[in-house]
Amino acid sequence: MEDGSKPVRIGIEGVSYSLAHVPDLVRYGSKPLRELRANPALGEKLANHLRDFNSAIAYAPHQVYIGNIPPEKLHELPWPWYEKLIEGATAAGRFGSLVDQNRFYTLLAGADQFALVSFEERWFHDRATKASPRRAPRLRSLAEIQALCAKGALPLHSGAQLVGVFEAGHAEDASLAAEVLLENLAAKVTASHALRSALDQVGLDSGEIDYVISCSEEAVGDRYNRGGGNLAKAIAEDVGCGNASGCDVKAFCAGPMYAMVQGASLIQAGVAEKVAVVAGGSLAKLGMKFESHLKNNMPVLEDVLGSFAVILSSATPNQPCMRLDSAAFHPVRAGAAPQAMAEYLAEKPLARMGMKLTDVDRYAVELHNPEITVPSGSGDVPRTNYLTLAALAVMRGLIEKKEMADFVRARGMLGYAPTQGHIPSAIVYLGHALDALRSSAIRNALFIAKGSLFLGRMTQLSDGCSFLLDRNDC
Amino acid sequence: MNFENQGVIKRLADQYGPENLTVVLGNGEANGVEVFAETVTEGDPSYAGPLASVALKIPVYHVLEEEVMSQVPESLREEKLQLSLLVIEVEPIHQVLQTSREKI
Amino acid sequence: MFKGKKIIAIGERDGVPGPVIAECLEGAGYEVVFQATECFV
Repeated sequence: MEDGSKPVRIGIEGVSYSLAHVPDLVRYGSKPLRELRANPALGEKLANHLRDFNSAIAYAPHQVYIGNIPPEKLHELPWPWYEKLIEGATAAGRFGSLVDQNRFYTLLAGADQFALVSFEERWFHDRATKASPRRAPRLRSLAEIQALCAKGALPLHSGAQLVGVFEAGHAEDASLAAEVLLENLAAKVTASHALRSALDQVGLDSGEIDYVISCSEEAVGDRYNRGGGNLAKAIAEDVGCGNASGCDVKAFCAGPMYAMVQGASLIQAGVAEKVAVVAGGSLAKLGMKFESHLKNNMPVLEDVLGSFAVILSSATPNQPCMRLDSAAFHPVRAGAAPQAMAEYLAEKPLARMGMKLTDVDRYAVELHNPEITVPSGSGDVPRTNYLTLAALAVMRGLIEKKEMADFVRARGMLGYAPTQGHIPSAIVYLGHALDALRSSAIRNALFIAKGSLFLGRMTQLSDGCSFLLDRNDC
Repeated sequence: MNFENQGVIKRLADQYGPENLTVVLGNGEANGVEVFAETVTEGDPSYAGPLASVALKIPVYHVLEEEVMSQVPESLREEKLQLSLLVIEVEPIHQVLQTSREKI
Repeated sequence: MFKGKKIIAIGERDGVPGPVIAECLEGAGYEVVFQATECFV
C-alpha cells in the first residue's frame, strides 16, 4: 500500500438489511442447544421468555437496524428498550425489513434443493406464506414428522406446535448433520432475502450482478472439505443472478469488511462491474447470552438472524463511496494491544490520506447492542472501542482527557446490532452512513472491524480491517 | 469464564499447586472481573463449568492495577498498557479484586 | 504480592488481550504458564 496518493473511490449503490425473527430456533443456537441438552427443564423457562413478532418489530435497536430510526436517536430513547417499545413501528424499513418466522420457514423450504426440510401439510397451507414458485416445499403428515424426529432429525416448531422437521444430509458425515445444514441453509436464505431487497431498493435486475461475495460465518462443505465454501454462488442462484458467480471471504467478524475491500478491488481492476457483498445470519449465535437474560427476567433478545447485502460499482458523481485507497489491515507483527490495533486500523490509514483522528466525522466500530451484552458481564463493546480511539487521540495531543466523552458522543453511537458476529462489525452502520453522506450531515465515516482469530485455535492473533467512506464530490 | 479456560486452570492448579499460581486479568469492566475472580477463588458462580464448586483460592490481579503495573518495565507499559488506562476504569476493578484477595 | 508465582493471563479482546498481559508479565520477569483471550461477542 503506497503512501498518500490520489483517492480511489468505488461507488456504493445501496445496502439492504434483514432481520429474520425466529424465536423457535433459539433452542438451536450453540449455547442454548448445549444448555438445554444438559438441563431439559430450562426449555420451558426459555419458551416463556421468547418475544412475539410485534415486540421484535417495535424493539428500538431493530428499528435502527432497518433504517427507520437514526442511531443518534437511541440516546434519547428511554431504557430498557425491550420494555419501551416504539409505537407505530413497522416491519418494513427504509433500507431493510423484519421477516417473521412463518415467512422464514417458507424461505427455507424454497431454497432447499436436497429435501432436507419438510413441513406439516396442513400447517403449511394454512399458515406459511405463498411458497417460492421455484420449488414446491416438501410436505409430510404429522406422524411422518414425529417419526423422523424420534430418529434424530431436528424438530421445527411454531410456538408449542410441531410444524416441520430438518433432516441430516448424510447418515454419517458430521459436516452434513441436521444442525449444521440448518445453520447453513439459514445463512443462505437470509442472505438471499437481503440481496433481493437490495436489488429492489436500488432498482437493479438480478441479471446485472456479475459477482457475489458472501462473508457469512458458516462452514459449507462435507467431511472432505468442511469449509469448502462458495455459499455465494448458492445465494446468487437463489436470487436469480444468472450472470454472476462468486466466492466466499472468511475472516471471522472482519469478514464483511474484507469482502467489501475485495469486491471494490475487483471493480477497480475491471474484473467485475457490479458486485454484491452479502452475508446471512448466524444461527449458532441465537440465544448466546440467554442465561443472563433469563436471570434478569428479560426477554431473550438474541432471537433474530441478521443479514445484509451491499451493491458496489464504479463511482458516479456525488455518490457515497468507499475510499479503496484507505483500506487498512492489521499486520502479523502489529501485536494485539489496543493501541496497536487503533494505530494500524485508524491512525496510519488516516495519515496516509493526510488526515488525523479528529478529521473523522463518524466512526463505526463493533456496534453490539449493549442491552444484550451488559447483563451477561460482557460490557458495552462499542463504548470500549470508541474510548480506545479517543484515548489514542489524547495520547497524540489531539484532544484532552476531559474531552474523551465528547469525542465518543459526537463521533460514535450506541450499539444496536444483534450479536450476530460479523453483522455488528461496522458494516451494520453502512445504511445510515449512506444517508448521512448524501445529506452532507457527515463528510466521512471510518469503518473499523475486528476479528477474533484466536477462537479458531490456529493463531493467538487478533485481526482487523478498516476503510473510509466519503462522497465523490465533483 | 469460558469452560475451556476453567479446565486449563484446574489442570494447572493440579500440576503446580494453586498456591504457586496467580491469575492476571485484562477485562474491560468490573462486572466481568468480579465473576472471573470468583471463578478461580471460590468456584464457577454459574455452577456449570469445570470449576463449579472447586475453590482454588488463587489470588487474582488485573494487569492495570498498580501492584502489577509497577513491576512492568516502563517501555512495555507505555507501548502496551498506557492507552488502556484511559479506557478502562481501574478503581472499581481494584476494589473488587482487593476484596477478593483479602478473602483468600 | 505475587513474586515468584507462575502467571495465568486471561485477557479480553477489547480490554487487554492475553498476549499483551503475557508479554508485560514476562517483561517483569515472570513465567507465564498459560495465556488466553476471551471474546464475549
